[in-house]
Amino acid sequence: MTKAFVIDVALCSGCYSCQIACKDEHCGNDWRPYSAPQPDTGQFWIKVNEKPCGTIPKVRVVYTPVLCNHCASPACIAACKNGAIFKRDDGLVLIDPGKCKGCADCAKACPYGAIYENEALGIAQKCSGCAHLLDNGYAEPRCVEACPTGALAFGEEDGLAGDIKGAAVLKPETGSYPKVYYRNVPGQFIAGTAYDPELKEVIEHAEVVAVTGGKILRTWTDDFGDFWLNDLAVGSYDVTIAAAGYEPKNFSGLRTDECVNLGDIPLAPKVG
Amino acid sequence: MGKIVRKTNSSTGGPVFVDVDVEANGGKGKIVRMYPMDLVDEDPVSWEIEARGKTYSAPRKTTYNCFTAGFKAMLSSKRRVLYPLKRIGFDVNGERNIEKRGTWEGGDPLYPGYERISWEEATDIVANEICRIKREYGPAAIVAESSSHHMWGNVGYRHSPLFRFMNCVGITYGDHNPDSWEGWHWGAVHSWGFTGGLGNPEQWDLFEDHMKHTELIVFWSSDPETNGGIYSAYESHIRRRWLKEMGIQMIFIDPYFNHTAEIFADKWFSPKIGTDTALGAALCYVWITEDTYDHEFVEKCVFGFEEFKAYILGKGEDGVAKTAEWAEAETGIPAHDIRALAREWAKKKTTFALGGLGGWGGACRGPTGMEWSRMMIAVAAMQGLGEPGSGIWSTQQGMPTDYGFYFPGYAEGGISGDCDNSAAGAELVYRMFGGTGSRPVPSNVNVPSSQFIPRFGIPECFIDGKLKWTGKGFIGASIEQQFFRYQYPARGYPRIQMFYKYGGPMIGTMGATNRYVKMYRSKLMPMAVFNAIWFEGETRFGDIILPACTNFERWDISEFGNCGGYIPGSFSQTNNRVITMQQKCVEPEGESKSDYEIFRLLCRKLGVEGPYSEGKDDIDWVKQYFHATDLPKIITWERFLEKGYVIVPPNPDRPKTPAFRWFREGREQDSPQPSQFRPGDTVGRKGLQTQSGKIELLSQSLLRFDAALVEEGLEPDETRPPLTQYIKPWTGWHYEDTEKYPLAVLTPHPRFSFHTMGDGKDAFMNDIKDHRVRVGGFDYWIIRINTDDAEARGIRDGDLVKAYNDRGEVILAAQITERVPAGTCHSYESSAEYFPIGEPGNSPDRGGCVNILSSGKWIGKHTSGMATEHFCVEVEKWDGGNES
Repeated sequence: MTKAFVIDVALCSGCYSCQIACKDEHCGNDWRPYSAPQPDTGQFWIKVNEKPCGTIPKVRVVYTPVLCNHCASPACIAACKNGAIFKRDDGLVLIDPGKCKGCADCAKACPYGAIYENEALGIAQKCSGCAHLLDNGYAEPRCVEACPTGALAFGEEDGLAGDIKGAAVLKPETGSYPKVYYRNVPGQFIAGTAYDPELKEVIEHAEVVAVTGGKILRTWTDDFGDFWLNDLAVGSYDVTIAAAGYEPKNFSGLRTDECVNLGDIPLAPKVG
Repeated sequence: MGKIVRKTNSSTGGPVFVDVDVEANGGKGKIVRMYPMDLVDEDPVSWEIEARGKTYSAPRKTTYNCFTAGFKAMLSSKRRVLYPLKRIGFDVNGERNIEKRGTWEGGDPLYPGYERISWEEATDIVANEICRIKREYGPAAIVAESSSHHMWGNVGYRHSPLFRFMNCVGITYGDHNPDSWEGWHWGAVHSWGFTGGLGNPEQWDLFEDHMKHTELIVFWSSDPETNGGIYSAYESHIRRRWLKEMGIQMIFIDPYFNHTAEIFADKWFSPKIGTDTALGAALCYVWITEDTYDHEFVEKCVFGFEEFKAYILGKGEDGVAKTAEWAEAETGIPAHDIRALAREWAKKKTTFALGGLGGWGGACRGPTGMEWSRMMIAVAAMQGLGEPGSGIWSTQQGMPTDYGFYFPGYAEGGISGDCDNSAAGAELVYRMFGGTGSRPVPSNVNVPSSQFIPRFGIPECFIDGKLKWTGKGFIGASIEQQFFRYQYPARGYPRIQMFYKYGGPMIGTMGATNRYVKMYRSKLMPMAVFNAIWFEGETRFGDIILPACTNFERWDISEFGNCGGYIPGSFSQTNNRVITMQQKCVEPEGESKSDYEIFRLLCRKLGVEGPYSEGKDDIDWVKQYFHATDLPKIITWERFLEKGYVIVPPNPDRPKTPAFRWFREGREQDSPQPSQFRPGDTVGRKGLQTQSGKIELLSQSLLRFDAALVEEGLEPDETRPPLTQYIKPWTGWHYEDTEKYPLAVLTPHPRFSFHTMGDGKDAFMNDIKDHRVRVGGFDYWIIRINTDDAEARGIRDGDLVKAYNDRGEVILAAQITERVPAGTCHSYESSAEYFPIGEPGNSPDRGGCVNILSSGKWIGKHTSGMATEHFCVEVEKWDGGNES
């Protein structure tokens, strides 16, 4: 019996309803012994990170809601000298506001920056998974309930296994085994538009081949002459664009540390 | 925690369940949480439709916007006005110190510049002054203005108690211009009528039709994930998901890579601001020259196509062919892209998502709004309207709920029954008052033959003491009413002596809004009275401030997404028709009262309480309203009061009437658009409201208007020519001001607030980093700037910048982004805050009212609409942030 969150990054539109619903539940409301009130501003028991990539007009924006990961091996529990942080039977990690002394060792230890200091109350605070609601018949925390796009899901880890398969976690290298899973986290892209500068027409069905470390990726331009090589790992790519009747165009050693927009790519008609 | 009771209420961002600790605050109650409504088994079974082999049905849960999710913080904000206030230095019987309005010094620590007074004193001052003004100056020398969207409810919101008060007292109305419709109202009406929607096209039953047949949706200046049509939260999100999962292609045309594009775009085009109309003309060029347009529709349903075709092909007066290359020079979109778009569009069953509601919103609000709207109609007409799967539909209205169930929207007058200034005359006034012994209160002032003032021109009335304009904004009686001329003061009327403000701030929402600041400091405005919930931006210019409460602190009734009036079928935006008993959740904060009670107190002192209240409390009116609707057919009053909401059962047997099908097929109109009930608008109930009954690319109403101008010895209206065409925008990229002000700023309606509702007020929304950015303890409004433009100015992400032009200066937080191209910036309009750092009206505002920078010009020479959706500025780094 372990609770888990599954966040589908492809569905998140950055509407921030989760962040505000969390505040509605926890600001001005005292749910001790589960959690003390969240301050009106400055704490984000769930927040939304925004990462734009690409350049005009091949742009993508990825929104990632981030909350306490309710880790299987939580660094915060290990760091707490006062025995104030504990893991419930359902896997949710809670800070007991009665035992917490506000030393903030947990906040420093958390690899995700998910723990906040409340100087006024002298305690550390974070997402409680709305445990006070779950223990009183609610099926899901407020952030999940408020999500209008279905990007946030919550439930038994076993029940969510289908969605968790292939999903990523944040900073897996920390060995904390987060219980917040991210689906559809996009990799980098290389994109562009093939066109004929003489005819001023886009070139459809051009073959785009990318080679990286002996691996070959292939796609074709669409009705707008566009191609998107999506979900690429960070690395070096040699890209060739070839269309019948045109000289092929090569781009070698494209780095994908950032997403790459090759822009409008003129292809020269084959001579003869 | 005391006893928790689940109540119901509603808002501009959706209906909600509200958990209330009824024992808290000495029994006044405290809101614990509010959340979307989950339907239960006893609620009616939702509709189902079949499309492409799958069955779809309505979700059994409502959605809400974050400004509703966070309403609790606004309700108990420390910015609430808790008791009546009088401005220090204001003596109604002596020195009024008008020039000191907005200095905000001394007095009550909660409300600088003000002192607390009693309700008795406050209402005495206001009522006595109203009487004195009427006796000493004559009728109608008080103007009431009611900026929109600050509250929700059909009985307690503005068309209802404000209008009843206004009409009981004899007050001039500071009439709204349709600030989200402008281009459709002043432009599109001349192409196809639809005056009952202020130029917006009908949307009936398009969801099912398009789920079955559409292959491509072009979202043009349309961002439903941000604006949700209007008042309908995220109801439409699931439809776009369904369409996307079916493989429907989605293309976006918007200078900004908007939030709908970010999830759904297969392709994004970013035209230079204000040039969309040129792109539309080039699409038409490709379709004409490649012969890929709908000849049958054009021949049967379009008037003036030959003249339009000549214009497009360069055979018209300007002699310029509107080729893709021509459009590339205007829009910045490569010619090869434009041709590819035109071909894709013509090849597929394409529907056209325009603005927020199949019209409305987006580019129509800008300086090119009239031409844009008319060109979009030309584009839609060339590809045919009314065929299965093709037309104009913003994925917003036209859900398969019961269109026959009568429950009106707030714009239908509520308790006022005012048929001149609301849509009460359509039906509600008869049902509400007929045979009940209760009476509506018609206006004695704000009628077409008397005095009204357009909201956008109020500053000139108070600064210059006079104003002339043409046409009325919120009136759809006819196309030709737009040509009537008005003036302030209306002939024989005195100058206004009192400004009565209700609702949200104008400084954040109108245009060139330092005008409004200067108006408040003009001697020609001897008194300013505010009904105000919050001590925010504009409130602090009032002489007397009367504390109003929110709709969570009084009784009301309403439907999700339903404003009615000039958005016919607005209720069809939501997946289920949800009608809410807006239960009084908590007692009003401090000494605040409902607007209804505030006006009642004043009416008592003015000797008109009888006709105003008829001895009723708000709940009594709610009950009368309930019985004026079809609700008694499905629920008893007692059960409704207790349960708090009801779902209107869908009616699967009603005939389906997809928009424009009747028009295409040459039949009588069968859809429930109001024009069906105005047979005088058409000839034999066939066709549209235009003279030809067709879509007029050469508008005969504008030809007649030009002829009238010429007869008077005036020039034809070059800002709104009869032939649909591209006119270079008078402000925007590469036109006016560009040497001094090279950056064009797009200012759409905001994402995290509804106009000013939800912004500021020390509420949770300020913590959204895509809404405001905290620097030095102050939450700054955001301007989004392209990477290259920022680099050229040494601006980094999060820096404070000053955006400025000849109209003023605004301090903003910079967000550096590739969501806008170089030369283009983006900053939502509608800041609720206004904090000038020096003399009000003449110094930079760090509250974030970017509308200080937008234009104060009418959208067309002979109109009274505004055009604020974009403007030009220069931006530079601002180093004053650390001084705060």
